[in-house]
Amino acid sequence: MDFDKELDARGLNCPLPILRTKKALTDMQSGQVLKVISTDPGSVKDLAAFAKQTGNELLSTEEKNKEFEFFVKRK
Amino acid sequence: MGDPSQLAMIDDLVRRRIDEILPARIEEKLKEIADAKTPSLAIIATKGTLDWAYPPFILASTASALGWDVSVFFTFYGLNLVRKDVSDLKISPLGNPGMPMKMPFGPDWFKGINWNIPNLVQAGIPGFEIMATSLMKQTISNNGVASVEELRDACKEGDVKFIACQMTVDLFGFSHDDFIPGMDFAGAATFLPVAQQSDVCLFI
Repeated sequence: MDFDKELDARGLNCPLPILRTKKALTDMQSGQVLKVISTDPGSVKDLAAFAKQTGNELLSTEEKNKEFEFFVKRK
Repeated sequence: MGDPSQLAMIDDLVRRRIDEILPARIEEKLKEIADAKTPSLAIIATKGTLDWAYPPFILASTASALGWDVSVFFTFYGLNLVRKDVSDLKISPLGNPGMPMKMPFGPDWFKGINWNIPNLVQAGIPGFEIMATSLMKQTISNNGVASVEELRDACKEGDVKFIACQMTVDLFGFSHDDFIPGMDFAGAATFLPVAQQSDVCLFI
């Protein structure tokens, strides 16, 4: 999937993946896509909840080799 | 119009029609109002040790990342958390049986050992708390968990309102300068209405 910015949140645990995602999105323009890579299993549910609460669309979630890849579209 | 029996009939029809339409309409309206409302969180932070610093700052920063309105009232030892320098927050395992005592270094089998050190020994060894604090901090950074400073900064960036309890500021001899900039100073009567209006209110 195409993306405009990548956020490497590997090695970071709750709540950092969410806090960093929020910060990264703030600097982006509406419609742009952020790719987030995380190693925190809790981030799967957290990102989904974050997307739902804030209206930034979670385009996809994938697990690859114990890493989680998320694509979030800035609202 | 004017004939009482006609009016009575009209009233009756109107009343019945309203009864039919109103419930659904009310449901719709209430849902609209609930959906449009920004969720809010109020936290009363009363503890000042390293382990108790995390819950208020994590909850406040995460709630604000989710777009909520957040206010935190710091009172008693919670004031410790809003001093300018919080690098000296400590933790004590003494009389704290819930706290795991595991070494943050060494091979995995070593890290897995829970060292149950008796209270008597802990109390007798000078510097025990300092050592426990330093081991805890290492455990925290080993696990990619944010420092208290980082979480507090995230709160500030997220426009979380920090309020210090004026009474306990005076009680413990603090001056406004001891605290980070941007603090409000107020009392219980000021904070209680905020707590009342919040969707979630926590006492930590």
